[in-house]
Amino acid sequence: MPEGTTPAVPRPPVDQHVDYSVPVGDDVKSTTCYMCACRCGIRVHLKDGRIRYIEGNPDHPVNRGVICGKGSAGIMTQYAPAKLSAPLLRVGERGSGEFKEISWAEAMEIATGWLRQVRETDPRRLAFFTGRDQSQSLTGFWAAQFGTPNFAAHGGFCSVNMAAGGLYTIGGSFWEFGEADWDHAKYVLMFGVAEDHDSNPIKLGISKVKARGAKFVSVNPVRTGYSAVADEWIGIRPGTDGLFALALVHELLRTDQIDLEFLARYTNATWLVVRNPGGADDGLFARDPNGKPLAWDRARGAVDAALADLSPVVIGEQSLPDGRRAVPVFQLLAERYLDAEYAPDAVAERCGVPAATIRRIAAEIADVAFNQPLVLDQPWTDVWGRTHSQTIGRPVAFHAMRGISAHSNGFHTCRALHLVQMLLGAIDTPGSWRYKSPFPRPIPPGPPPAGKGAKPNTPLTGNLLSFPQGPDDLLVDDAGTPLRIDKAFSWEAPLGLHGMMHTVIGNAGADDPYPIDTLFMFMANMAWNSAMNPAEVIRILTDKRADGSYHIPHVIYSDAYFSETVPYADLILPDTTYLERWDCISVLDRPIGSAHGVGDAIRQPVIAPDRDVRPFQDVLIELGARLGLPAFIKEDGSPRFKDYPDYIVNHQRSPGVGPLAGFRGADGNKKGLGEPNPDQLQRYIENGCFWRDQLPPEQQWFKHANQAYLDGAKAMGLIPNTNQVVLQIWSEPLQKFRLAAEGHGERQPPAALRARVARYCDPLPIWYPPLEHEAQDLGHFDLSAITQRPMAMYHSWGSMNAWLRQIHGANRLYMARTKGEALGLSDDDWVFVESRTGKLKCQVKLMEGVNPDTVWTWNAIGKRAGAWGLTEDSPEAVRGFLLNHVISEWLPAQEGFRAANADPVTGQAAWYDLRVRVTRADGPPVSEPHFSTLREPPNAPRRIEILQYLVKAKA
Amino acid sequence: MKPAPSIVFFTVASGAGYGLLFWLGLLRPTGLLPQAPAFALTCLGLSLLLITAGLLASTFHLGNPQRAWRALSQWRSSWLSREGVAALLTYLPALCFGFALVSGASGLAVAAGLLAALGAAVTVWCTGMIYASLKPIAQWHHPILAPGYLLLGAYSGMALLAAVSAIGGVVGGPASFIVTLGLAGLVLKLAYWQIVDRLGPAASLASATGLEALGRVRPLDPPATETSWLMREMGFRVARKHAAVLRRICLLLGFVLPMLLSLFAGQFGGGLAVLALLLAALTVLAGILVERWLLFAEATHTAALYYHG
Amino acid sequence: MTCLPDRPPGAPALGLVIDLDTCVGCQACATSCKQWNASGHSGPLPDLHPYSAGAEGVWFNRVHSFEAGEGAAGRTVHFPRSCLHCETPDCVTVCPTGASYKRAEDGIVLVNHDACIGCGLCAWACPYGAREMDEVAGVMKKCTLCVDRIYNETIPEALRQPACVLACPTKARHFGDLADPQSAVSQLVADRGGQALMPDLGYRPVNRYLPPRQRQAESQPIEDQPTPLDIKNPLLRWMGRVLTR
Ligand SMILES: Nc1nc2c(c(=O)[nH]1)N[C@H]1C(S)=C(S)[C@@H](COP(=O)(O)OP(=O)(O)OC[C@H]3O[C@@H](n4cnc5c(=O)[nH]c(N)nc54)[C@H](O)[C@@H]3O)O[C@H]1N2
Ligand SMILES: Nc1nc2c(c(=O)[nH]1)N[C@H]1C(S)=C(S)[C@@H](COP(=O)(O)OP(=O)(O)OC[C@H]3O[C@@H](n4cnc5c(=O)[nH]c(N)nc54)[C@H](O)[C@@H]3O)O[C@H]1N2
Ligand code: SF4
Ligand code: SF4
Ligand code: SF4
Ligand code: SF4
Ligand code: SF4
Ligand SMILES: [Mo]
Repeated sequence: MPEGTTPAVPRPPVDQHVDYSVPVGDDVKSTTCYMCACRCGIRVHLKDGRIRYIEGNPDHPVNRGVICGKGSAGIMTQYAPAKLSAPLLRVGERGSGEFKEISWAEAMEIATGWLRQVRETDPRRLAFFTGRDQSQSLTGFWAAQFGTPNFAAHGGFCSVNMAAGGLYTIGGSFWEFGEADWDHAKYVLMFGVAEDHDSNPIKLGISKVKARGAKFVSVNPVRTGYSAVADEWIGIRPGTDGLFALALVHELLRTDQIDLEFLARYTNATWLVVRNPGGADDGLFARDPNGKPLAWDRARGAVDAALADLSPVVIGEQSLPDGRRAVPVFQLLAERYLDAEYAPDAVAERCGVPAATIRRIAAEIADVAFNQPLVLDQPWTDVWGRTHSQTIGRPVAFHAMRGISAHSNGFHTCRALHLVQMLLGAIDTPGSWRYKSPFPRPIPPGPPPAGKGAKPNTPLTGNLLSFPQGPDDLLVDDAGTPLRIDKAFSWEAPLGLHGMMHTVIGNAGADDPYPIDTLFMFMANMAWNSAMNPAEVIRILTDKRADGSYHIPHVIYSDAYFSETVPYADLILPDTTYLERWDCISVLDRPIGSAHGVGDAIRQPVIAPDRDVRPFQDVLIELGARLGLPAFIKEDGSPRFKDYPDYIVNHQRSPGVGPLAGFRGADGNKKGLGEPNPDQLQRYIENGCFWRDQLPPEQQWFKHANQAYLDGAKAMGLIPNTNQVVLQIWSEPLQKFRLAAEGHGERQPPAALRARVARYCDPLPIWYPPLEHEAQDLGHFDLSAITQRPMAMYHSWGSMNAWLRQIHGANRLYMARTKGEALGLSDDDWVFVESRTGKLKCQVKLMEGVNPDTVWTWNAIGKRAGAWGLTEDSPEAVRGFLLNHVISEWLPAQEGFRAANADPVTGQAAWYDLRVRVTRADGPPVSEPHFSTLREPPNAPRRIEILQYLVKAKA
Repeated sequence: MKPAPSIVFFTVASGAGYGLLFWLGLLRPTGLLPQAPAFALTCLGLSLLLITAGLLASTFHLGNPQRAWRALSQWRSSWLSREGVAALLTYLPALCFGFALVSGASGLAVAAGLLAALGAAVTVWCTGMIYASLKPIAQWHHPILAPGYLLLGAYSGMALLAAVSAIGGVVGGPASFIVTLGLAGLVLKLAYWQIVDRLGPAASLASATGLEALGRVRPLDPPATETSWLMREMGFRVARKHAAVLRRICLLLGFVLPMLLSLFAGQFGGGLAVLALLLAALTVLAGILVERWLLFAEATHTAALYYHG
Repeated sequence: MTCLPDRPPGAPALGLVIDLDTCVGCQACATSCKQWNASGHSGPLPDLHPYSAGAEGVWFNRVHSFEAGEGAAGRTVHFPRSCLHCETPDCVTVCPTGASYKRAEDGIVLVNHDACIGCGLCAWACPYGAREMDEVAGVMKKCTLCVDRIYNETIPEALRQPACVLACPTKARHFGDLADPQSAVSQLVADRGGQALMPDLGYRPVNRYLPPRQRQAESQPIEDQPTPLDIKNPLLRWMGRVLTR
């Protein structure tokens, strides 16, 4: 509907066959959708306690009334027969699927027993890893209270490259901490996005951009979804966006189409970098005695770079007062990227994009940025106290996601994209990319990650997932051995900010760096689609030691459905569905804030569970109390929190700061900071289950240097200080790691890793071919293989949904028609897809809109027979396939050490580096590998052959 | 289009039944047929049996056969409704005809027979028009389709008539009619196939999507990965190879063989003729079953464009 | 009843306008339609073998993906398909029972499920494949244009629109009176060259599809200056640049 028009509908004609005014239901409750992580507001209409209809909440800031294909199918998720119905205890061998139902009392006893023993001996032997949950502020806190450093959520295999690349560069990120200014952008450049976490906001945004006639360019090897509606599709070769971006940098510099003023004001382009090759300070910022970075002032020489009246030079090597030599960051940047190595002609071939196109795109974005600035009559005041009468924007907006981050060079590629944005001055201005509150935050936000010194019965203080500034902050022992089971924050992944869930089971299986006792997982289908190489995960989970005991002695898992991972756990704690529980989309985690202001949200139960299940958060809080974790008990040892809602309202991370930022204070009038409000949840419910703060107009732009904004954010407890967030072109933390690798400082990487750390911890963005491609015959494995998220399916968790599985019941391998025909293939032919480490069999579909050197498929449609409440003849298991079976979790062993198939800086799983070879397949028309059929859990409901869902009110 | 067995059977059986009724009503007064009431009664019985069986079969594919009576209401616009009405109305003169035969009212028999013949022709025409009026199906929406139904009905009816009249001792006339009608049917069928082979579908995927300006349009992903009622109904496709074989079978069984058998019967008469004409009737019916199956199987619906392009 | 009603010129013709230029193929219109109608006027919309092989169900709105054109001019187009509420639809006139009808007052084409015998002929007569057989009830069903939403007085006025239109996250779906040249939908059709599907068949569909827009002309490189050879030491350009905060 065009905004603001209500179509004139004539009076209803008399029609005896139609009841026009049947009430939708007898009750309607608002809550937050969780068919994916987009966190849209929904209104659930109920009739006699059954769901009649789920619609988007028109008042909700995330989705503004729209709802996606998954969200609209929530009824079938709620009533799916694959729902787990009672706690289960394994009675057969792992993987046999032999379980007995037990009571919750028993389940809690067992879990407490296992966990207590671990905590009393060596808490590190608990690995607590959670998947696509949105309660990390609770789960992470719980893990720290337990005393194990081994906690993470799915971020490490998801998009930590994007998060880290952004947070260490611009203090926000594409990912969930930023968004395009859909309302003003004149040019939107999107890299590697099929769906994203911001599903509905992006779709709403695209519709605005298109309605305005702004140009929308999609860089993506595949032309579907967003790329299909783009004004221009650039079918790049996977893994080469960094080159493409740096060629844009080259062009912008060559043609001098850069916003030097912006760079001088808002970035560290003017900061002086010590030039002392071989020295311990080489590449570090020249600082004054107070530690403040220095810039070279035209008149005064080396001065505090933050001075209001600085007149900086950006070119020229200078002598510092102490005699050392230093150059401005800008010069280092210009020298590097003006090199012919980055010229469009030099990169075109590798990117699969014509040099002329790269030049044109550079010229187009420069033209829009500099010749078509967006001027808002909105005064604002900067950190130097100067009021600007207008807000002037560079209306070029970038957005990027996993097409960038799921490569082993993704961290640097992401930084390269931010560099282009900075050169254009297109950061948090009208029409450009913008921070979502509570971002920007200081770069890096700090403090460093907790996890050193784990001791029995002792909490770890601080955040387990946080921000190293240099070698001293790494979680390694004196020999450089990782302290975490996943090796995040070690020399293998110094900025492993989100942990490395993809390595946990592999490392545990090799007792590397040490064995673990209990693997505790929540909402992660690790024995299937979230594993790189699921067969290996299954092998390890069922692996036994010489004495016949399982290699990983205890596996506890909480799922809501009968997923592929359930049979591999010893104890199943069945969760409720998203419509049956309280949840908190917290400012302490990844809230629903937008560029317009901070916000958060809750879920409230809209229907009562009809099974013996409990919300996992309640269970976790009870476990915390049973184990005596200090934050979960009162002085007398009794539970501190009754349940999760009690925790949401009354837990305080620091005085006045709790899970929810809205309606705080005794009377609910405080935001951000304030004492707990007993009526807080009620206030949220009355407000549609969300809270949102609207930034005043003068605070909405240039937030990194907007004094009023910074003051306000500090007052709300969102940032620790009101200093300007200076965007970091040159990243000093990276240089510190590199210096260590060059032999400086107390903490240095082990010999085997030195060259690697030195190479990849470059303080300026670099490009290198995906690591997986090294030591491989790329002529033999001649195709890149990637996946895309289908808009109507959320990873594995839609196959139990009777409606969604009709849309995506099986998947095929899409390949360029030219390539397919050269192999003599036509649609639906069976092929083998072979990689360095595995082989699978599936059907092909030929298409035009795909980079010719790329094949792709929809992610996670293939299912294991017997899972998800489906019969074994289901297409998901017979024709569907999972690309993961040919992805390796390790890189080819190099120099005697086994590296994760991941980004060497952040540990991000490199799903999309995969190379394969496709050949015609013979044999029966069944996809391979085809694992044995899983046995259903006890008391699974009888399978129906006809579903006639109907919940109808009377007229 | 899916060749639903009930519909294929219905059009073949009722086509032959009406054909038989038509010829019986039309030719009996001319004296070309055996005049014994037993002969006419046998033919009438056979035709009503086929007609009734066909009509009953046609209700099998209805979702709600108990409401079938409602189908008589829309004769002003719907050929299906008209067919129903005509079919039911035809029972009146046909039953009258039978009554007259039994009671020996010869004047009434002639009049009722002629009326029944008219009813039979009208009904089969309506059947043909049901299909011929469907614009989305190019292979049906053609002026040759309804006459084809009429002709093949008449042909198969004649084959039945000839067989029965041979039993009644009359061979020559009906047998030569078979040859004539068979020849006409053959020509018509060949012409039809020539037409449909040259005919594209009623539209293209480009015009079905309004995307002509972009050029050729090809399906990438269907809306659902499994099938649907629509696709089972309209997505049915027969391989060209199979169709060619079936066409030959149809020609051989439905036309060439029965014509040869009829010639043979006309030549030799007697007991062998009876056998030959019985065989001819059976091959005609078999051939037309194949013809009818192909008529569906080779028909394409524009809705399938969205899936198959 | 299956004769088409007399529709005086200008009588409202309610329908949808679907923008193929912005549709990303997300399926929101398909599933929101399914859930609204499952318990609505036409409900239930059965699903056969819902948890095994051959799962299929009744959907009033189905989203296809196509590729169109060749080479660099080629496009991927997502294409939702539902009843077009034609002005002269044979699906109505072929119906032998009168169950299928077009309403004189608003042009909506509906099925009276109590009278339908499930003969399927209307589906054969619909070129667009818009009719859906409920094989369990043995009756034909189809998009009702959400007749039980758009006139539903128990729903707030702003939400009296088809479920698919409200759901669509790219706002590619528009609902209104296509007979009124002043209506927003008619304006869109006029501005964007809205297409009727298979017009040659003469069904005069009411719904219109807005074709993908011409892509913005690729601008020429604005300037290729200075060429790399022109700049001996490019850094010098910035050397003397006077910058202030
Ligand atoms: N080949 C390939 N593999 C990939 C990716 C890719 O792009 N390509 N993407 C990767 C990425 S980014 C991610 S994030 C992962 C996602 O992988 P996972 O995090 O494993 O994602 P899901 O399959 O969505 O679901 C995890 C489990 O959560 C369960 N679940 C659903 N709802 C609930 C609930 O309410 N409570 C509980 N306790 N459990 C619930 C589901 O039943 C399922 O078993 O996959 C990764 N794997
Ligand atoms: N419907 C739905 N929504 C989801 C999810 C889901 O499963 N379903 N999952 C959620 C999760 S966990 C995540 S992490 C997000 C991820 O959201 P997206 O980032 O949109 O994830 P992908 O589908 O992996 O999309 C990656 C895109 O990058 C392209 N691509 C691959 N390699 C390259 C490359 O080298 N360069 C470029 N330019 N493009 C490339 C692929 O073709 C694909 O279009 O989505 C979230 N939202
Ligand atoms: S985008 Fe995600 S959260 Fe929003 S409606 Fe869809 S499934 Fe629900
Ligand atoms: S689209 Fe089909 S069902 Fe709808 S009115 Fe037109 S012909 Fe009838
Ligand atoms: S299926 Fe129902 S609506 Fe369709 S033509 Fe037959 S009786 Fe009419
Ligand atoms: S108008 Fe209503 S019935 Fe028709 S497609 Fe849209 S949601 Fe479905
Ligand atoms: S909801 Fe909108 S964008 Fe999604 S498929 Fe339907 S029309 Fe297209
Ligand atoms: Mo993810």
